[in-house]
Amino acid sequence: MTDDEREVHIEVRELTMAFGSNVIQRDLSFPVYRGDIFVIMGGSGCGKSTLLKHMLGLLEPAAGEILYTGTSFTHASSEERDAMRRSWGITYQSGGLFSAMTLEQNVSLPLQLYTDYTAAQIRDVVRYKLSLVGLGGFESYYPSEISGGMNKRAALARAIALDPQILFFDEPSAGLDPISSRLLDDLILQLTESIGATVVMVTHELPSIFAIANNSVYLDASTRTMIGYGDPKQLREHSEEAVVRQFLTRSAAAGETG
Amino acid sequence: MNQPAAGFELDTDKASNTATLRLYGSWVDAASVPEFRDVRAQLTALTVDNLHFDCDELGDWTTLLMSFLLSCASYCEERGVAVDTEGLPENARRLLSIATSVPAHQRQQPAPQPWWHVRSPSEALRELLDDLRVSLAFFGDICIALGALIAGKANTRFADFRTFCYQSGPDAFAIISLTSVLVGMILGYLGAVQLQQFGAGIYVADLVTIGLLREMGPLMTAIVMAGRTGAAYAAQLGTMQASEEIDAVRTLGVSPIEFLVIPRILALVVTMPLLTIYANLLGIVGGGIVAGGMGISLLQYSSQAGAAVSIAHIGIGLLKSLVFAVLIAIAGCRSGMQSGRNSAGVGRAATEAVVTALVYLIVADASINILFQHLGI
Repeated sequence: MTDDEREVHIEVRELTMAFGSNVIQRDLSFPVYRGDIFVIMGGSGCGKSTLLKHMLGLLEPAAGEILYTGTSFTHASSEERDAMRRSWGITYQSGGLFSAMTLEQNVSLPLQLYTDYTAAQIRDVVRYKLSLVGLGGFESYYPSEISGGMNKRAALARAIALDPQILFFDEPSAGLDPISSRLLDDLILQLTESIGATVVMVTHELPSIFAIANNSVYLDASTRTMIGYGDPKQLREHSEEAVVRQFLTRSAAAGETG
Repeated sequence: MNQPAAGFELDTDKASNTATLRLYGSWVDAASVPEFRDVRAQLTALTVDNLHFDCDELGDWTTLLMSFLLSCASYCEERGVAVDTEGLPENARRLLSIATSVPAHQRQQPAPQPWWHVRSPSEALRELLDDLRVSLAFFGDICIALGALIAGKANTRFADFRTFCYQSGPDAFAIISLTSVLVGMILGYLGAVQLQQFGAGIYVADLVTIGLLREMGPLMTAIVMAGRTGAAYAAQLGTMQASEEIDAVRTLGVSPIEFLVIPRILALVVTMPLLTIYANLLGIVGGGIVAGGMGISLLQYSSQAGAAVSIAHIGIGLLKSLVFAVLIAIAGCRSGMQSGRNSAGVGRAATEAVVTALVYLIVADASINILFQHLGI
């Protein structure tokens, strides 16, 4: 399928991100298509997480705008933003589960807030969502009673509670061992395929990137703008920028091959 | 397009030893979607070994269908009925296989206590003794650390001490000013109403001065500082506990008591008496405002108040403020150091810090008063 035929789900237009006069990244423009598993990558400190926070509306752009299915999020009122956010699922770097609530209460919170399900339906749906991430039977556990990898999966269960159209992940496999991180990748892939969600993910785990991503953007810390866009496997072989190829092949110093 | 409401039908075919669960309609609207308990009784009555699905008339569906299917599937599995997912829509089949790929975890849970359950007195006593032992151990740790400090071997940094002095001293001026002026005025009014009945209005000055120096100055300052600084200590140390900073201090080979607790306690011990003196002065001014309103001149008030001041009153007040400072700092630091490692734990630690500090304050204040009453000072 060529890019022209695919539906643009998220569009970033001429985005400039800055803290005061300190510009993090400028002139970012790229589309994310429906069903993409889209990775934001780049070296440390280039503004990956900042970009994600802009897309989530936790930070406001210095210039430019972000559109979801053609509607501007940046210029939307706070009610419109909340309505748009309802179709998102977000997992944070350290999970973001509420530590004072059991897993069941964590996952049922969005269901109680935004659906008219009965108590019995909510209980069944929570059980189903936790089973999807392999945590069936852990309903009455607190986040502190389970391991880090399980916390991340529980956070994923909460993120998919409302069957979101877009899933955001901030470093999903950070702090996980290779096997857990591989299992989490598989899970993300299977789930998003089945529920047809678009995924936006910040990560710099190369195995993850090549295993599941089919589209990406590379942010460069020194030029402060994006210098690569497309399928990471393509970028690894054919990017015009040496930095991008080095990043994706784990080559040592910049300039060594360029 | 208008789809019929969601529903199901369970048909049993004895000949082929199978049951077929026929799902139809639109499984979107939560109000009309059947719940698992509707089908449970029928599944329980099944006498066959296989369950098939028929979804030819199934309309749109959401998560609700999936949770219904998962409940059916796991219930059938429990009862030894084989489930054939062939008849389900492609996506639903895939999701169901992900959901059932990991068997549900069985938790060995202790039976929950009924609400009328009363703990045995021995259990409560043991907990109290444990708590006391932990408090004593903490106090002992502090004494050891102080010993090390005096010997010059402690890892206590002067810069930390200075920062905490600033936080608990000058930063607290505004709130102490407000409370102490008001407390002085309250004492003034209290005395004015009673004493004027006997024509002894001038003794308002004595009442305010002695009341503040001996009692209200140190106590009010301590209560404000317990809420302000004690809770802050607990929250700081609790957050450090949650983010493993205290573990880091410990593994650096540094005693967290010396590094974190001692500077906080010393800072409060230094600033509290100074704040108390400041509070006393402002409180006397507050009493003066009330006295002025009663027609007592400034000169009369100040000479009467000056005559009421004695070394004993000032000394007892300062002694109290020192004791209170130690108690507040220990309560705050102890709660923080023993806080749970999550946000709820930090909240509990801050609450506990303030509550224990207030209890300590009242008990200590009463004890000191009784002691000096008997000593006749």
